[in-house]
Amino acid sequence: MNIHEYQGKELLRKYGVAVPNGQVAYTVDEAVEAAKNLGTSVSVVKAQIHAGGRGKAGGVKVAKNLDEVRTYANEILGKTLVTHQTGPQGKEVKRLLIEEGCDIQKEYYVGLVLDRATSKVTMMASEEGGTEIEEVAEKTPEKIFKEVIDPVTGLLPFQARRLAFNINIPKEYLSKAVKFMLGLYQAFVEKDCSIAEINPLVTTGDGEVLALDAKLNFDDNALFRQKDIQTYRDLDEEDAKEIEASKHDLSYIALDGNIGCMVNGAGLAMATMDIIKHYNGDPANFLDVGGGATAEKVTEAFKIILSDSNVKGILVNIFGGIMKCDVIAEGVVAATKQVGLEIPLVVRLEGTNVDLGKKILAESGLNITAAESMADGAEKIVSLVK
Amino acid sequence: MSVFINKDTKVIVQGITGSTALFHTKQMLEYGTKIVGGVTPKKGGTEVEGVPVFDTVQGAVEQTGANASVIYVPAPFAADAIMEAVDAELDLVICITEHIPVLDMVKVKRYMEGKKTRLVGPNCPGVITPDECKIGIMPGYIHKKGHIGVVSRSGTLTYEAVHQLSEEGFGQSTAVGIGGDPVNGTDFIDALKAFNEDPETEAVMMIGEIGGTAEEEAAEWVKANMNKPVVGFIGGATAPPGKRMGHAGAIISGGKGTAEEKIKVMNQCGIEVAKTPSVMGETLISVLKQKGLFDKCKTH
Repeated sequence: MNIHEYQGKELLRKYGVAVPNGQVAYTVDEAVEAAKNLGTSVSVVKAQIHAGGRGKAGGVKVAKNLDEVRTYANEILGKTLVTHQTGPQGKEVKRLLIEEGCDIQKEYYVGLVLDRATSKVTMMASEEGGTEIEEVAEKTPEKIFKEVIDPVTGLLPFQARRLAFNINIPKEYLSKAVKFMLGLYQAFVEKDCSIAEINPLVTTGDGEVLALDAKLNFDDNALFRQKDIQTYRDLDEEDAKEIEASKHDLSYIALDGNIGCMVNGAGLAMATMDIIKHYNGDPANFLDVGGGATAEKVTEAFKIILSDSNVKGILVNIFGGIMKCDVIAEGVVAATKQVGLEIPLVVRLEGTNVDLGKKILAESGLNITAAESMADGAEKIVSLVK
Repeated sequence: MSVFINKDTKVIVQGITGSTALFHTKQMLEYGTKIVGGVTPKKGGTEVEGVPVFDTVQGAVEQTGANASVIYVPAPFAADAIMEAVDAELDLVICITEHIPVLDMVKVKRYMEGKKTRLVGPNCPGVITPDECKIGIMPGYIHKKGHIGVVSRSGTLTYEAVHQLSEEGFGQSTAVGIGGDPVNGTDFIDALKAFNEDPETEAVMMIGEIGGTAEEEAAEWVKANMNKPVVGFIGGATAPPGKRMGHAGAIISGGKGTAEEKIKVMNQCGIEVAKTPSVMGETLISVLKQKGLFDKCKTH
């Protein structure tokens, strides 16, 4: 799960990670009020969307007085920002962060990720602040320093010091930089982050080490124990169908095509998208109905697929392991009746209780095309939607 | 012979009184798996499906002599269940549970350092040695005894591959589902090593997916060490970058972990990769023909 920059900063502050003073604003008046409260001569108006590259897209402006705050807030609120992370349709700005300006000496990068090779959390740092870490990794990999963190001890002060020295943070900032890194790690593990990126981390003229930006992502699997993080969720930033799917514990991702897919198992769901493409079709979604699905869950899955007006046909591909084919078949029949399906439906069933499943479909009296294999199913649905 | 499990493997089921566990305990017993006990705290002394239930893994192991465990415990408690099994010094722990918080698994992996237990999973379908032992959730009947080793990150895609092999008359030595999580126990290389050493296995099918670099590392290992043919498939060639495709491990980030890159490295390492998921079996069979292993591997 993603959160906004201002939420990330609010969280980090609780862990002793220094961030500039700031306030969220939903309207132009609130933005001006926030700047007034900050009382600094310069303030920054920052668009809050779940995507990077906001600065380049015109979503971050430095205001020298309250009039400029009003002008920029007016300009950015309601604007659709298109960045390299939003996709061509862009994202509408509904919230602003009004932040005090600061006297930046130098920009750095500090990030925490899970390193799959070592199965440990790793802190990365670089003196190439402000640049995306992927780009630094590609062009100047020698400028990225890493510390692998033992989960028993957590990030140790010497590791934080070593990183700070390696990225040439001047020694007068050292103790603040160490405190910053230790706090960031603490937030990461206590709040079940999957990514925590501070880009840039800055040193300021008045001797501070601050997080000028904060990108925090959280492990969806751990949200059950992070109630406060759940309150940060911004439904405006998510696809409506994906929200509906998550309510029913379905793993759904909207895509651009016209063939709706309902599959059990993430691997098979991906492979089903692949084979539809192979037969020159275009999947409208990724949808994994998961292991413990019930007839009701399958019905909900159907409704979500059909709520996408681009969908011209549906392919159901089920290989039953945990999931029993008769359960899927019952769900398909119930959903088809409930929603009054008018577009082609191809169903491929295999696995536990397959015969029972096929029988339920055949006896339903519904217009369902049966497929014998994945390839057969993909070919049939592609030709039916053409 | 086979890999990891055989007809003598004695299994306990952790979380046995849950509905999913009960369903699959029944299925495993019907398949012939030696389920010798179950564990559910506070249910010790009872019995389900004729299997005695214990309060602790240690108690179950002491009473039954089990050497393997399968875990169906809900995600919030699953990491603890794995560590309890590791503490009881079982040879093998197979964790079926999905959605375990990744930082829990980081702790589990650290806890397992220097311990004897092999972990398979989490978020996996389990391991099956056809006609001998089935531990997990896979539909038993699609598997036939034979000489093809199967290792996969995906559950249902493994069934698909096994089904294709069995339909064409090529049985399997063992099928290992290593799971779709970014932090897991047994990896591709562990499974490939075991298949390489197993006299029953003549060839291996390796099914990967987008995300991470495990397939690339395995391919390099195959090139350097494997003396049996390996055929592959990578799911997710059409997945958009930055989106998590169901499996927590299946995400393309920063241009890394794409299917294209994986297939390229696998090909360079001598692994033929099936073009679509429906020709996984066909691709393996054509390689068996090239290597003169067709007759040896054709089991039915």
